[in-house]
Amino acid sequence: MNFIDNPRKLRGFEKHIRVEKVSRRSILKGLGVTGGFVLAAPVMSRQALAYETGAGQMPHGVVVDPRVFVSVAPDGIVTIIGHRSEMGTGVRTSLPLIVAEEMEADWSRVKVQQAHGDEVRFGNQDTDGSRSTRHYLMPMRQIGASARTMLEQAAAKRWGVPATEVKAVNHEVVHSASGRKLGFGELAADAAKESVPSIEGLKLKNPKDFRYLGKGQVGIVDLHDITTGKARYGADVRLPGMKYAVIARPPVTGGKLVSFDPEAALKIPGVEKVMQVRGWPWPSKFQPLGGVAVIARNTGAAIKGRDALKLVWDDGPNGKYDSVAYRKELEEASRKPGLVLRKEGDADAALKGADKVIVGEYYVPHLAHVAMEPPVAVANVKGDTAEIWAPVQSPGGTREDVAKTLEIPEGNVTVNVTLLGGGFGRKSKCDFALEAALLSKELGAPVKVQWTREDDLHNGFVHTVSVERIEAGLDKSGKVIAWRHRSVAPSIASTFAAGTVHQAPFEIGMGLVDMPFEIANISCENPEAAAHTRIGWFRSVSNIPRAFAVQSMVGEIAQATGRDQKDMLLELIGSPRIVKPNVKDLWNYGEPQESYPIDTARLRKVVELVAEKGEWGRKVPKGHGLGIAVHRSFVSYIATVVEVAIDDKGKLTVPRVDTAIDCGTYVNPERIASQIEGAAIMGLSLAKYGEITFKDGKVQQKNFDDFQVVRMDDSPVVTNVYIVPPASDTPPSGVGEPGVPPFAPALINAIFAATGKRIRSLPIGKQLEA
Amino acid sequence: MIKVKINGQEQSWDGDPDLPLLWFLRDEAGLTGTKYGCGQALCGACTVIVDKQAVRACITSINDVAGREVTTIEGLHPNGDHPVQKAWRQVNVPQCGFCQAGQIMQAAALLMDNPKPSHDQIREAMSGNICRCGCYQRIENAVHLASTGV
Repeated sequence: MNFIDNPRKLRGFEKHIRVEKVSRRSILKGLGVTGGFVLAAPVMSRQALAYETGAGQMPHGVVVDPRVFVSVAPDGIVTIIGHRSEMGTGVRTSLPLIVAEEMEADWSRVKVQQAHGDEVRFGNQDTDGSRSTRHYLMPMRQIGASARTMLEQAAAKRWGVPATEVKAVNHEVVHSASGRKLGFGELAADAAKESVPSIEGLKLKNPKDFRYLGKGQVGIVDLHDITTGKARYGADVRLPGMKYAVIARPPVTGGKLVSFDPEAALKIPGVEKVMQVRGWPWPSKFQPLGGVAVIARNTGAAIKGRDALKLVWDDGPNGKYDSVAYRKELEEASRKPGLVLRKEGDADAALKGADKVIVGEYYVPHLAHVAMEPPVAVANVKGDTAEIWAPVQSPGGTREDVAKTLEIPEGNVTVNVTLLGGGFGRKSKCDFALEAALLSKELGAPVKVQWTREDDLHNGFVHTVSVERIEAGLDKSGKVIAWRHRSVAPSIASTFAAGTVHQAPFEIGMGLVDMPFEIANISCENPEAAAHTRIGWFRSVSNIPRAFAVQSMVGEIAQATGRDQKDMLLELIGSPRIVKPNVKDLWNYGEPQESYPIDTARLRKVVELVAEKGEWGRKVPKGHGLGIAVHRSFVSYIATVVEVAIDDKGKLTVPRVDTAIDCGTYVNPERIASQIEGAAIMGLSLAKYGEITFKDGKVQQKNFDDFQVVRMDDSPVVTNVYIVPPASDTPPSGVGEPGVPPFAPALINAIFAATGKRIRSLPIGKQLEA
Repeated sequence: MIKVKINGQEQSWDGDPDLPLLWFLRDEAGLTGTKYGCGQALCGACTVIVDKQAVRACITSINDVAGREVTTIEGLHPNGDHPVQKAWRQVNVPQCGFCQAGQIMQAAALLMDNPKPSHDQIREAMSGNICRCGCYQRIENAVHLASTGV
């Protein structure tokens, strides 16, 4: 199967291969839900919106119905459903806040309730791709406005006045002519009897009247629980009679269990049982790898029991996977022509005729997510019903996969979504929930499957590994006239389909073919690379290696031509315009080009803003240096300036980071700042330390001692975040992921400014030491 | 029979004396505020206070704390209003929040030992606690705020 030739095959696959061909109506019928209950709004009409998004293209689309998302109790408490997963972005607060804003609810009288996995009822729930605000700002406003309208209609009827004379204001409806008022609670029963207004006729609030949106003064709903230990994550679920399980999985992707001896494990106090877990052959999407489970009365006993197991594995076809050898393969592939994905002008000829050619070969290794909460899930399977409690980014997908794995109807599966102790894409894959379901079924008891940190590193879905080779041709005046970028990396699609050697449209669309520079001759190519382990989404995905390569090359061109990095960057971005790359079916994060074009005016603006606020060009002490980078991803625009300090032993510290983001219309600037602050730390972690290596098919890192992440003592001292105020009606765009990609190249460019050393291979590791 | 006082309450255990305190707390005593992050004292998510000292519960056996007093996040303050907890909320520290119980316990222990730490002392004392979301700047500011009066 060639994904490149058939990009449409991957539409909707983006995070799952789940292309829905069934109409929503037939799904509703199938589950016995009456048509009137869920308003059909799978693809929103143009009339209803100032802009169109890709939300309707996601599996199960969007549901806009106040009766699904909002309830008002007689005491006035408004309960709003949060249907996306909370992994730290603040989405469990932000989306309900949008509803509260439009319905004129007082936030202090709002409770947020987490939706279980049910996409027919709630619409798409895949919390990934930095999509939540982008896809749900307008639907949540419509839901809130519908609820407000129903409350107003109920009040108008009660008073016998036209609905146009009443107005909802801060949790009550008022009739100003007579001075009468009714609280939301007093109107709840009558409002529920009102018909749901049509989306097209809804009156949305004027943004100048917003009390919450865009203000950033509302803390996250879980703040108190988090600081008191009451917040419930996947690992914190406890059921009566629940068993604790830890699983020994094949150490090599595609490996199989040959034999095992449970005797020593069964002697460990607290261990109750040792049993085999079904595994699926590689690749099989998110299905469990199989192995041997130790069941115990607590997790400590289960871990100790697993340590005592005697296991014999057949490592299978990936038993020779070796990172050092694989890197050489990728480098060699990058030096030969590959599948051409974007061609403008004639880059080959222009490079031959260039006065100067600058070549950069950039390497970014495999990375692991290491969310602080390792994968964990609780399952209770009884007969042909299953209930799951898990920290999953894909509640709907998890429900489907549990049903398929247990061969029971999807309607018999309940997926309770807990808080996620970090996600970063790892928890878009529900393998751990499937393991719990299989074990519970076999045990006939509720069971919790806990992954250890070692399991997380050894059996995860690693970020791809890539070589990005860029050749830039300059004419005599120093102008860039040719750009050839070859990207070689195993694709995430390899986790779904055997024999995948090319990257999927959603990967090549992340900073390769959408490269925004104004250059006459461009060639973007993708030589082949086969995967030898499970590759998965990692926060910001292919944008990490692409931004690293492209923005490092900008620094290299500046360096070769003696120009300022920022000036060079702006020159390459060129005139303010809409970039329309010559690419067949250009993937644009699932969004229509009309709403989310590649707009170099916005790209320039974040560069200029960060340069101004970040005091680009300021004098820095000896051993310090400034670097800059910009990248558009998840249809947002982000530029970062990093100041580094490098002492005479090569120790690297980061005194200051400045980042400017243009994410269009936004909801909660305070959470945007926290995401960007965190992205700088994740960017620094991967640049400084991040590397998963394989030898004999096995991951060599075990825990936080050999897979290091940034700690407080080497985190940036100050991170400043500047948010571009949106022009009216600028559609909202991504926030969770876009902060990561520009960090590493800005850092690397700063290191060059400080030391004259150009780093092309991540992580930095010991490269700066004498 | 091992006896240990947890958040002021006497608890007993007659199982494996080597059981890490972390799993006793979480799975046997039902105190799930203390988190598992690495099992090797590398991340600090399981930090509790034993007799005024921050301790990693994942490598401390239940036997090690026999007869001693253990405070977990649930017992730090009856209403959750310890100055560190209040500061955490004022600064809006958490993102996912999973590491924060350990961070808060580490910070509380630091302030018992050093009520007015400098920024450098905060950064050093807190560097055993990993936050993958990257809330460090806010953690540092919250500890500082807690030390200067919330």
